[in-house]
Amino acid sequence: MKRLIVNRVMNFLAGAAAGLVILPLVLVFGFLVYQGGSSLNLEFFTHMPKPVGEPGGGMANAIVGTLILIGLACCVGLPIGILGGLYLAEARDPRLPWVVRFLADVLNGVPSIVIGIFAYTLVVLPMRRFSALAGGLALGVIMIPIVLRTTEEIVRLVPASLREAGLALGLPNWKVTVRIVLVTARAGIVTGVMVAIARIAGETAPLLFTAFGNRFWHSGLDQPVAALALQVFAYAISPFDDWHRQAWAGALVLISMVFLVSLAARLATKGLQRQTR
Amino acid sequence: MIEAEAARGGAIQGPPLPRAFFLTARGGFWGDRIFQSVVYAAVGLFVLIMVGIVAALVTESMPAIRRFGFSFVAGQEWDPVKEAFGALPFIYGTLVSALVGMIIAVPLGIGAAIYLAELAPFWARSPIGFLIELLAAVPSVVYGLWGIFVLAPFLRNWIEPLLGKTLGFLPLFQGPPYGVGMLAAGLILSIMTVPFIATVSREVLLAVPNTQREAALALGATRWETTWVAVLRYGRSGLVGAVLLGLGRALGETMAVTMVIGNRPEIAVSLFAPGYTMASVLANEFTEATSDIYLSALVYIGLLLLGVTIIVNSAARLLVWSVGGTVKGIRE
Repeated sequence: MKRLIVNRVMNFLAGAAAGLVILPLVLVFGFLVYQGGSSLNLEFFTHMPKPVGEPGGGMANAIVGTLILIGLACCVGLPIGILGGLYLAEARDPRLPWVVRFLADVLNGVPSIVIGIFAYTLVVLPMRRFSALAGGLALGVIMIPIVLRTTEEIVRLVPASLREAGLALGLPNWKVTVRIVLVTARAGIVTGVMVAIARIAGETAPLLFTAFGNRFWHSGLDQPVAALALQVFAYAISPFDDWHRQAWAGALVLISMVFLVSLAARLATKGLQRQTR
Repeated sequence: MIEAEAARGGAIQGPPLPRAFFLTARGGFWGDRIFQSVVYAAVGLFVLIMVGIVAALVTESMPAIRRFGFSFVAGQEWDPVKEAFGALPFIYGTLVSALVGMIIAVPLGIGAAIYLAELAPFWARSPIGFLIELLAAVPSVVYGLWGIFVLAPFLRNWIEPLLGKTLGFLPLFQGPPYGVGMLAAGLILSIMTVPFIATVSREVLLAVPNTQREAALALGATRWETTWVAVLRYGRSGLVGAVLLGLGRALGETMAVTMVIGNRPEIAVSLFAPGYTMASVLANEFTEATSDIYLSALVYIGLLLLGVTIIVNSAARLLVWSVGGTVKGIRE
């Protein structure tokens, strides 16, 4: 009897733990919709930030800035990540790939603010100014391990018979890799890229001293640029109620972007599973 | 989680494929050679970036290392005006906030993983798993915003007075309730690390062979006894790995902690008091560093942070890899 009671109690506790884990999601999202929804309007997407004291205004420059930074990050993260993943999946030598795989996992755990310091010393110090380039580099480095490991996974799933068919037709190896292997794996690779983008879209810490933020439209890639996450941070720690409202609205936009991309990646994975089955 | 699926750790299982076509090509098509060089260049660049991160931090922190040496770690004073730099308050804040976070997150995360892997009805598993993945995808700054305006006032008005009244005899729960402080930081960290711990643990539990469960059930064990004796014990090193991965996240977490910890470089026993962490001092003071030695001292803190997270993550990785041979398909 005692064993049955223990069983009941512990099973209930496990279920309660699952409920408690999800509770913050409900609370955070609920408050975002409640607080941010009222300040969210068309103006938010089309207008610039207003000075303190003037109500209204938007974060158009920050939204564009985030897109610019994501674009720059992709220029760094995608080639290295995809080619590196291809290497891990295809290399025969057992030692070097192990090192690369380990480094990728370590890089995945390095705090993003440390990667910000790296971009600062590499780009900001020599250029003597904060810039979109530095921010893009920092975010790109964060993307690399995610893209790299997904690509490896997916490329491994490509059946060898496909490659053999290509080779039997007399195609050079590189053409088989690019035109057959990569094309077959593209849905999975795109999923990995979207996951990486969802991760970097909300990154703030590495941008603090690279992209720096900007209250105006950006005026070139070698200049500081605004980012949605940076703006939310700056407004949240400000003492003004108007700015707090803007911060909630910005956070709502940010989290909606991240959730949509995550959902798309999830659906793409589902479709992929159905295909391979 | 999705990201987890992306960054899967451990040996990849499955039948060995005939591979390495393009990397073993000799002669023949010159296009192959070019393509090989491009791939090797990308891998080389990646390794170079890793080396570069360490090199950049070491060179930039060299002036501070020369001047303060190892006593930097033990110094308690942080006064940029007097050029007195000691990292102990930050190290203390990082460790304590992470510890508080872990105390809450580990039982919840593993409990949720048990529910998802062993108990939940099948139709509910995938949606709940997805919700937990979403929780991991919420940007840090959003948690911080919520922490400032919802969590901190709630702690100040309700939880901290209550804790002070009931457990006030412990030095941990003494002093005025500020709301922002170590407790708030620990709570935010627990919310942020729990999805990682839960997802990795779930993968570990799902990888435990069913024969383990069947054997225990056949001996007359209850559902819980089966989980405790046959499943958890089998996967324990993977679970430790999951907890360490969560710890790594907690140590390096920046924005949300910066927004709720109060940012005061003092060592206080009370969890109600404001503190400071290594990551948040970087976030707050890096752009304001006026002298070279100030900046160098900050980078020194970054270097220490990098060292600690590399050690924790490598240990986690090796633990997960060590069971990777017996437990199939463990993912981060």
